[in-house]
Amino acid sequence: MGDPGGAKRTILLTFEAAYSGIGRLDRLSYRDTPVHRLDPRAKVVATMLFVVAVVSFPRYEVLSLLPFFLFPALIAALGDIPGGFIARKVAAVSPFAVFVGMFNPLFDPGTVEVLPGVSVSAGWLSFASILVKFALTISAALLLIATTSFPGICRGLRRLGMPPLFVSQLLFLYRYLFVLLEEAMRVVRARDMRSFGSRGTGMRVFVRIAGTLFLRTVERAERIYGAMLARGFHGEVPSMRREELRLPDAVFLVASVSFFALCRAVPVPETIGRVFRGLAG
Amino acid sequence: MHMADALLSPAVGATFWAGTAAAIGYASKKLKKRLDDRKIPLMGVAGAFIFASQMINFTIPGTGSSGHLGGGMILAILLGPHAAFLVTASILTVQAFFFADGGLLALGCNIWNLGIYPCFVAYPLIYKPLAGDGKSPKRIVVASLSSAVVALQAGAFSVVLETSLSGKTELPFATFLLLMLPIHLAIGFVEGFVTAGVVRYVHAVRPEIIEGDGSAGTLPSGASLRNLLAGFVALAVVTGGALSWFASAHPDGLEWSIGKITGKGELPERDRGIAASLKGVQERTAVLPDYGFKPPEGGSKEEKTPSWPAVDAGTTASGLIGGALVLGMALAVGWAIRAARNGRSS
Amino acid sequence: MSHHIIEFRDVRFRYPDGTDALKGVSFRITHGESVGIVGANGAGKSTLLLHMNGHLLPTSGDVTIGEVPLRKETRPEIRRKVGVVFQNPDDQLFMPTVFDDVAFGPLNLGLPPGRVRERVHEALRRVNALGLAGKPPHHLSGGQKSAVAIATVIAMEPDILVMDEPAASLDPKSRRSVIGLLNGFTHSKIIASHDLDLILDVCGRCLVIGDGAIVADGPAEKILSDAALLAENDLELPLTLQGRHTMGGTKP
Repeated sequence: MGDPGGAKRTILLTFEAAYSGIGRLDRLSYRDTPVHRLDPRAKVVATMLFVVAVVSFPRYEVLSLLPFFLFPALIAALGDIPGGFIARKVAAVSPFAVFVGMFNPLFDPGTVEVLPGVSVSAGWLSFASILVKFALTISAALLLIATTSFPGICRGLRRLGMPPLFVSQLLFLYRYLFVLLEEAMRVVRARDMRSFGSRGTGMRVFVRIAGTLFLRTVERAERIYGAMLARGFHGEVPSMRREELRLPDAVFLVASVSFFALCRAVPVPETIGRVFRGLAG
Repeated sequence: MHMADALLSPAVGATFWAGTAAAIGYASKKLKKRLDDRKIPLMGVAGAFIFASQMINFTIPGTGSSGHLGGGMILAILLGPHAAFLVTASILTVQAFFFADGGLLALGCNIWNLGIYPCFVAYPLIYKPLAGDGKSPKRIVVASLSSAVVALQAGAFSVVLETSLSGKTELPFATFLLLMLPIHLAIGFVEGFVTAGVVRYVHAVRPEIIEGDGSAGTLPSGASLRNLLAGFVALAVVTGGALSWFASAHPDGLEWSIGKITGKGELPERDRGIAASLKGVQERTAVLPDYGFKPPEGGSKEEKTPSWPAVDAGTTASGLIGGALVLGMALAVGWAIRAARNGRSS
Repeated sequence: MSHHIIEFRDVRFRYPDGTDALKGVSFRITHGESVGIVGANGAGKSTLLLHMNGHLLPTSGDVTIGEVPLRKETRPEIRRKVGVVFQNPDDQLFMPTVFDDVAFGPLNLGLPPGRVRERVHEALRRVNALGLAGKPPHHLSGGQKSAVAIATVIAMEPDILVMDEPAASLDPKSRRSVIGLLNGFTHSKIIASHDLDLILDVCGRCLVIGDGAIVADGPAEKILSDAALLAENDLELPLTLQGRHTMGGTKP
């Protein structure tokens, strides 16, 4: 509170950081690598199955989940996506899962012997399980968008049965997201320049900003509608791509699904560990 | 508050996805029938507007903490419930991808929690009757406030329910509820005030934009605002009473209810699209090992949880060693590929 | 040959709020002509342009495009003949990728996919933007956006191109390349702009609009060098026609 200007600067910085975060993911998604070239449908379905396989593990399971890290690691490596960037984004959204999971050690104090002579509380184990699942599912989702352009994902969703009207909403939202974020950023800057270190945005100022922004939005929508009509729009947003799944897509899908199934059915680490101990002993 | 994949079981995730997918289908069909073409770009841009305005934090009076606009309620008032639901769903979808808010499986729950309640519960049952023809500023404030509070309470309750049904956490249902509801009561009030402010602003400048404006509300002419409020309070008391009974009667999770639901086969079935494939997958993979719905296959080491403390240490040791090996391998493969690529490109 | 004309006969337009934006506008444009429309802010330029493809319908008077009188029911036909490029490319480019955006018009015309692809390719080639097909509009520079916005319209193969500030807020180089593009088109062109140098470079004829009416109509060079006329309409000589000494005052 000693430096109200500082507080406001932080708000602005958060805004710009969030904006550039989306921008970076978005730019990554237009790269050209073998992973980016895969059909969006194949990637969406594989990622979905990955998430379902991961969360289907029982609550105390930690070790059997570890092989699943191979999937995001491979996607990131083949798709040329910086791992640190993804890891930071995963950490940034973790608070809710951590908050809820944190109670497990408190409410589940029973202990368990994991190694001869070494005991761990069951609650910590289930907390660890939540964290591992969290890291897996969130990184898979982020890697999906980092390796597939959003319009590509939308085409995939449309082919997978999502209503066209909903898909065109997604596309419009994506298209104008960046335009409106910039507009909002200009408004925030103008506000900050004129508020000369007084208190941060109160609700009243926010309401005014949001109201103005909404009216500008409506006017923009009217201009867009005019531009659509000028180019023959008559009620439905047309689309024509009809790509078929190609061999690499099928190979990718079959390989990842078999991998998930294997890791789900067989406790891979335990098996490898047994073999390892067999060899050693 | 976004639900997260890691806290969900596949069955709960798929159920809410099925419900959400059905709602998206329903809203699309409804809109297709009577949507003004003009609204197609407006909906998309309005979604971007909510997204952008969520980036502008504002300080909450007296607390020093900051809030932001949730969106579902304000969209329902400005665009009508069906359009608002699709827009909210699209905002949450984009957030799930670009911000990783929650994840893909949890997206079904999040759209349900933040879209269904404001658009299909709070708007028609609370906002419309309270706001009436939308001409009185006082009624707009009261209506926005109460509908935002109810929508957020329902959403928070839903988060607790989904978490408890999934059984990944040990947090007792009632405790979690006691943590979530008061926080969201505060958030609901703030959201309500902001919603009312923006609606009044828009109403003052361009009244024709607001959906359903002019088409008289469902308020019967005789009913006074006070009667409605009294009815609303009564409803809240009854619901609250029922909820607390529910919470105290089943303090440790809600295993019984998931048993009932799945036992009766009442999981909504979808016959096509993503929900169907999800459902299929969920049936094929073991679903709720915690609750032992699917007998352990082949009597192998599959059954783990219920008898957890009895697992022998030898197995765990093998697991630990193997786990380290596997994790190391996954990382090594990633690094090797990256190194090879870099080597080639330089 | 000269079928493709635009004819306005005593067109008046009043907005619902009571503002008289056009107060009896008459002119005709023949095939292949390039016409600049200039005037102060609020003079009625945008309102005039919005009549050319039926976005607005006259309160009274007649607009004829080709042989077709503008009416509510003839609007789809007129929109095939008249392509409008709006001022802000962010409003003009509403689809998620450049390809989808350029394909939007041809797809609405009901063309088969093969033909649509050809049209998109050809339109992007003509504005030197073939490499941008897969990009989303928010990854483009201002100049690229303007070029693609023009492509979205020429992909519909209109007879007449109508443009509102085609080079607003572009850097000098991008502006120059847009001028080059415009000069390469054989369509009839109607361009509204405050950029009088651009009008001078692209248009043979110029209309001056003031307070909802046409105050001057003639060869662009003649009109745009008439300092008194321009000043009366809150405009000034194009920079290329301004001698340094007319700028008033010398810099230290």
